[in-house]
Amino acid sequence: MDLLVVLSFEALKAVASLALISVGLAIIFGMMRVINLAHGEFLMLGGYAAIVATKAGINIWVATLLVSPLVVGVIGMVIERTIIRFLYGRPRDTMLATWGLSLLLVGLATTIFGNTTEGISAPAGSLQIGDYRIAAYSLIIIVIAVVVFAAIWAVFRFTRYGLIARSTMQNADMAAALGVNPSRVYAVTFGVGAGLAGLAGGVMAPITGIVPTIGAAYVAKAFITVIGGGPAILAGTVSASVMFGAIDQIITYLSTPVIGEVALLAAAVVLLRFMPQGITGRFFRRAA
Amino acid sequence: MIMNSHLNRRTLLKTGAGAAAGLGLASIGGRAFAQEDTIRIASLLDLSGGLDAAGKPMQDAITFAVEEINQAGGLLGKQISLVTYDTQTDMRLYPQYSQQAALKDKVSAVFGGITSASREVMRPVLRRLNTLYFYNTQYEGGVCDRNIFCTGITPAQKQSKHVPYAMNKWGKKIYTLAADYNYGQITAAWTRKYCTENGGQIVGEDFFPLDVTNFGSTIQKIQEAKPDFLYLVLVGGAHQSFYRQWAAAGMNKQIPMASTTMTIGGEQMVLSPEETNGILLCFNYFEALETPANKAFLERFHKRFGADYPYVTELAMATYQSVYLWAEGVKRAGTAERMPVIEALESGISLDLPSGKFSIDPQTHHCVMDINIGQIQDRKINILESYSQQQPLDTSGVCDLKKNPDDNSMYVIKV
Repeated sequence: MDLLVVLSFEALKAVASLALISVGLAIIFGMMRVINLAHGEFLMLGGYAAIVATKAGINIWVATLLVSPLVVGVIGMVIERTIIRFLYGRPRDTMLATWGLSLLLVGLATTIFGNTTEGISAPAGSLQIGDYRIAAYSLIIIVIAVVVFAAIWAVFRFTRYGLIARSTMQNADMAAALGVNPSRVYAVTFGVGAGLAGLAGGVMAPITGIVPTIGAAYVAKAFITVIGGGPAILAGTVSASVMFGAIDQIITYLSTPVIGEVALLAAAVVLLRFMPQGITGRFFRRAA
Repeated sequence: MIMNSHLNRRTLLKTGAGAAAGLGLASIGGRAFAQEDTIRIASLLDLSGGLDAAGKPMQDAITFAVEEINQAGGLLGKQISLVTYDTQTDMRLYPQYSQQAALKDKVSAVFGGITSASREVMRPVLRRLNTLYFYNTQYEGGVCDRNIFCTGITPAQKQSKHVPYAMNKWGKKIYTLAADYNYGQITAAWTRKYCTENGGQIVGEDFFPLDVTNFGSTIQKIQEAKPDFLYLVLVGGAHQSFYRQWAAAGMNKQIPMASTTMTIGGEQMVLSPEETNGILLCFNYFEALETPANKAFLERFHKRFGADYPYVTELAMATYQSVYLWAEGVKRAGTAERMPVIEALESGISLDLPSGKFSIDPQTHHCVMDINIGQIQDRKINILESYSQQQPLDTSGVCDLKKNPDDNSMYVIKV
């Protein structure tokens, strides 16, 4: 019984991690149709921001939950203004540009931090469940994921910015005719997506450690989750994370981490064969 | 005017050609002179990429050994020059740089390769190109090739002491976590052998590719299996996160750990003391060795690289000592030519080095050395037990280069 609780807890943590690393991409790709191949590097930058800030003496919670998203959000906005905004509506060029950007960021990080694994210890100690011990930090990841998704939903549903952003993504010309400046909305939205990636990078840093090339480990999973999720950004990301995260963890527990990853990819292939539009392309079509 | 400029151009071309030819000759002459004047060796180590933490101290060690020998007057009256290749943790670069070292630099010996996989890429290339090779990493044993000398410790030297010592200390149930390639797989098999031979039981065994960073469900599996201790054969930067996650779950206070690889990349300096305290190690070399040779070495080394140098690792020391073994071979042979040096090294060379008495076993081209058990406490390693002059029994069981000098195999020893 304890084991069941602990295992479902691990699965929940995997789902929450997957949702967190994907949500920034879901906004940038889902809303803006920008295929951002530098998404993994945004996570990497978030991780470094958290580590550098923590080592500079800033409280670890402030570092991961505030410094990481702010730093990467600002970097994201700068990148949107200098590179991405010239490429809207040209997906192939965007892919090339962001791929180049990802190589550049990996190179920069290697130059600055060196190609070694950096890390910080996870805060918050451990919890005892029956005979088992788990890291309390896992619980915190789950809470952060829930809060982040609730906040995004609330912002897009209830605030003026959310309304303007959604309308701009649906029809930029019409929004412009009504007095909205689409260019600014794009910049802010890209910044928000990048900031969320930075947050995820900061939150994951104490678990995985950070190397300049860690983005590669994230970007494929994030794309699979977002594409598997389909057109509805939040509902899609959540449903795909639940499905892939649970499959990965259960298979990993029953066999090995390698087979777990294979199972995740196999599930994605099967899913997209039968639902090319992703989960929310078939179900929950009205979800946000 | 036109004629003039034409003539000018022609003279210019002639002078240019002459100058180029002269330069070419000069450079050929310089090259030949350099070859007579110095003995070249090459290091092929990962100075960047995932294995750089292990590779950089090895590079410092080989640099230091070469500098020392040169300062003491060199070898056969010549200076040694070191050609350095950074293999960047990229398997494609090993054969490429091995060829360059052998054909372009015409080195007398190549030192390097970190993972067993990289060694098995380099070994055939260097054998084909008749270039002597020193491999200085602890590994799974079984390489049988007259062109290579292995100075790292093998399972019969390491696990045969490490596993029973840990079992005496903590109990008989072992859970093994290992990297998923030849080193991890074969080391896990040796661990199983020494565990069952001593009346123990392997209650779990998991293998991880080098890029795995999430150990959450593994940590639950370990708790379910309730071992007395963990035997860790984890490799590289990504696997470091296991120690973090283990401590984050509070398990570092519940189940003790023994590790074959911890500290070879200076991990005890990167991870926090709580994450590494109590980990049981087994190596040929620790800085804490109380021999005069070691104390003198550390003093010289810190003078060269700074008092705050993190740690002289097992692999760094093996690299340092391998250069001295090679130099002794060259001295005895009276030449840096490959075959005379191999024959001199096979004559039974034994040196008193910082890690103690260090001898080449002619039959296997492996080394006979002291083995020490250490335990990490607050980033320092205390020596708990020492075993004098251990033979590479695993490899000598399958390999006899005296009887079969043409053997060229990597035996996977049945355990």
